[in-house]
Amino acid sequence: MENNKKREKVPRQIMPEQDPAARGTNFDEVPLGYTEEQALAEASRCLHCKKPLCVSGCPVEVDIPGFIKLVSEREYASAARRIKETNNLPAVCGRVCPQESQCEELCVLGKKGEPVAIGRLERFVADYEQSTGDVSIPAIPTSTGKRIAVVGAGPAGLTLAGDLVKLGHGVTVFEGLHKPGGVLIYGIPEFRLPKDIVEAEVEYLVRLGAEIRTDMVIGRGKTVDDLFAEGYDAVFLGVGAGAPVFMDIPGENLSGIYSANEYLTRSNLMKAYRFPEFDTPVARGKRVAVLGGGNVSMDSVRTALRLGAKQATIVYRRTEAEMPARREEVHHAIEEGVQFQFLTNPVEYIGNERGWVRGMKCIRMELGEPDDSGRRRPIPIKDSEFIIEVDMVVVAIGTTANPVIPATTPGLETNRWGYITAQEETGETSRTGVFAGGDIVTGSATVILAMGAAKKAARAIDEYVRGLG
Amino acid sequence: MAAILEKKYLSSNVVEMVLEAPHIAATRRAGQFVVLMTDEKGERIPLTIVDSDTRKGTVTIIYQVVGKTTTCLADMNPGDRLYSLLGPLGRPTEIKNFGTAVCVGGGVGIGVVYPIARALKETGNRVISIIGARTRDILILEEAMSKTSDRLVVATDDGSYGVKGFVSQVLQDLIDSGEEINHVFAVGPVPMMRVICEVTRPHEIETVVSLNPIMVDATGMCGACRVSVGNATKLACVDGPEFDGHQVDFDLLTNRLRMYYREEKESMEDFRCRCDGK
Repeated sequence: MENNKKREKVPRQIMPEQDPAARGTNFDEVPLGYTEEQALAEASRCLHCKKPLCVSGCPVEVDIPGFIKLVSEREYASAARRIKETNNLPAVCGRVCPQESQCEELCVLGKKGEPVAIGRLERFVADYEQSTGDVSIPAIPTSTGKRIAVVGAGPAGLTLAGDLVKLGHGVTVFEGLHKPGGVLIYGIPEFRLPKDIVEAEVEYLVRLGAEIRTDMVIGRGKTVDDLFAEGYDAVFLGVGAGAPVFMDIPGENLSGIYSANEYLTRSNLMKAYRFPEFDTPVARGKRVAVLGGGNVSMDSVRTALRLGAKQATIVYRRTEAEMPARREEVHHAIEEGVQFQFLTNPVEYIGNERGWVRGMKCIRMELGEPDDSGRRRPIPIKDSEFIIEVDMVVVAIGTTANPVIPATTPGLETNRWGYITAQEETGETSRTGVFAGGDIVTGSATVILAMGAAKKAARAIDEYVRGLG
Repeated sequence: MAAILEKKYLSSNVVEMVLEAPHIAATRRAGQFVVLMTDEKGERIPLTIVDSDTRKGTVTIIYQVVGKTTTCLADMNPGDRLYSLLGPLGRPTEIKNFGTAVCVGGGVGIGVVYPIARALKETGNRVISIIGARTRDILILEEAMSKTSDRLVVATDDGSYGVKGFVSQVLQDLIDSGEEINHVFAVGPVPMMRVICEVTRPHEIETVVSLNPIMVDATGMCGACRVSVGNATKLACVDGPEFDGHQVDFDLLTNRLRMYYREEKESMEDFRCRCDGK
């Protein structure tokens, strides 16, 4: 008891960050990671509960007290291996998981004070492993002779590939873009998730034995049925919710108005922030509005600042309290000088003589009764229109299902929004041997939820292909 | 990565390349395109598949050297490998027996209209083709178009070859002569496609155009290639690239194609400097 009291006195370690003034002009990672001393201090705060609640909050069931104990023992590489027993992408999850609403939310320490910084410790050990190059490959069982095709090399597909390879199955991942990683590569900016970290995690999966084939869009040319005809025993669809959503208001196709997908893909995947060293350009707006209050909005607005915006504003139709973005991301955005226009919604864009956006007519909103999402519904206030001067807009109000796979896969059921219908516990779809998980089932969610769904699907696929005899 | 197998200059700045791409060749149909990158720092550019050979596992592309990426591509040679090649993308052309179909191709657009003309011919259409270029030296694919058409009319802006004038005038004359035309395909520069649509509109002749907006992923993910067709927003990469020309907002297309005009110049200048420095 006395021991516990002593431990609780160590405060939650604050992770050092790049100075907000400096980082507004570069794409280097903002949080710098714990030092070894900080990691040891933070690890010492863990109470090692007999029934750890934190683990039940983790969609991929990481042995949290187990790896933290190894950190305390300075066995960092072993700690990384412990995480990797259930999580193939720890360096990614340590950075982008919303720990505050998962493992850390359930941490016992959080009841009276601050929870253990589980995510930061995860990042510390994953980075330690990557930086030392001491990445060990677990023993792979003898080949089962079964082959699984994975469509989409995003968080779900990569997680599933790792799990199935470790069970001795042959796995081929088909990726539409020229680089694997999905949203980790095209969506999340360098300053939040460095691309060499993602590449190292993918490299680990390749070393485990997963085959990754880029430039392959399944559904155009090769279809899901073709994959079965080629001898794959099961197919996993982890294609994400890749289609952009626009508001369908007048002037939305003016030049200078981007979907978040396009804006971030240009900057992150195509490295437009390093134009002209890289060939792909992106507009460098001076007065930028980003629509929406999620993490993608924060990524977009912070990118715009780094690309030279004098004024970068989040325009959101509800209030700060309803914003789905992580607090940490909002906090970083505020520190960097992002402005917020809450209870505001665009109704029309105004263009100049060259067809480039120069203004955005908005209307003020107020909150009414709660809607289906439980959040209070925003209602326009009559005659409250006003104009915001802009020269670039990013529409980051969500994404939806890309219809190409359902349209070319007979018998694959979708719901009324076009998402694939799949069993929550197994990922089974209406087609035998076809499984699905991640955003293409749930709609836009988080990296870790897609990974959690993939873990369940991996178990179900393992059972299914073994049952094929 | 896909190897370049053959390279041939069709005119001073139009290049034909045969690429190794068995899985694209296997399923590709007329009207579809590929997206390629020359190198890791390159841009993704869409190019129509002009021809394919399933037996050899190859696809053919034709492009005009206009900017940095096409300049780099034209500098590559047989044996070199592209950094990335993705396809086939886009909806195939709707091919059926229309009766008499007119295929209009302008400039490098002739390369896009050629596979359509061939597919129409193979489906039993009477194919009349009208191809045009600014001047004789840059006219491409005359022989191939001739083989696949029941009748071929060539026009040059300066009159150096064939009829003097625009392809739109040739089409207008054809209509005025009482020729019964059931369907028109028009591919070329935006002003040409716009004028062709104005020629056919009063006669209510169905006119399909192939649009070439700026694309990034070209799989329906980003929305860069959005076009307005009949006042509805469509993505050229997955809903097109072919649309009913009478419904297309060509002003919007023109504006959006100019979006990176400054950057394209900058990229080219930067490239020239680096080349000169070599």
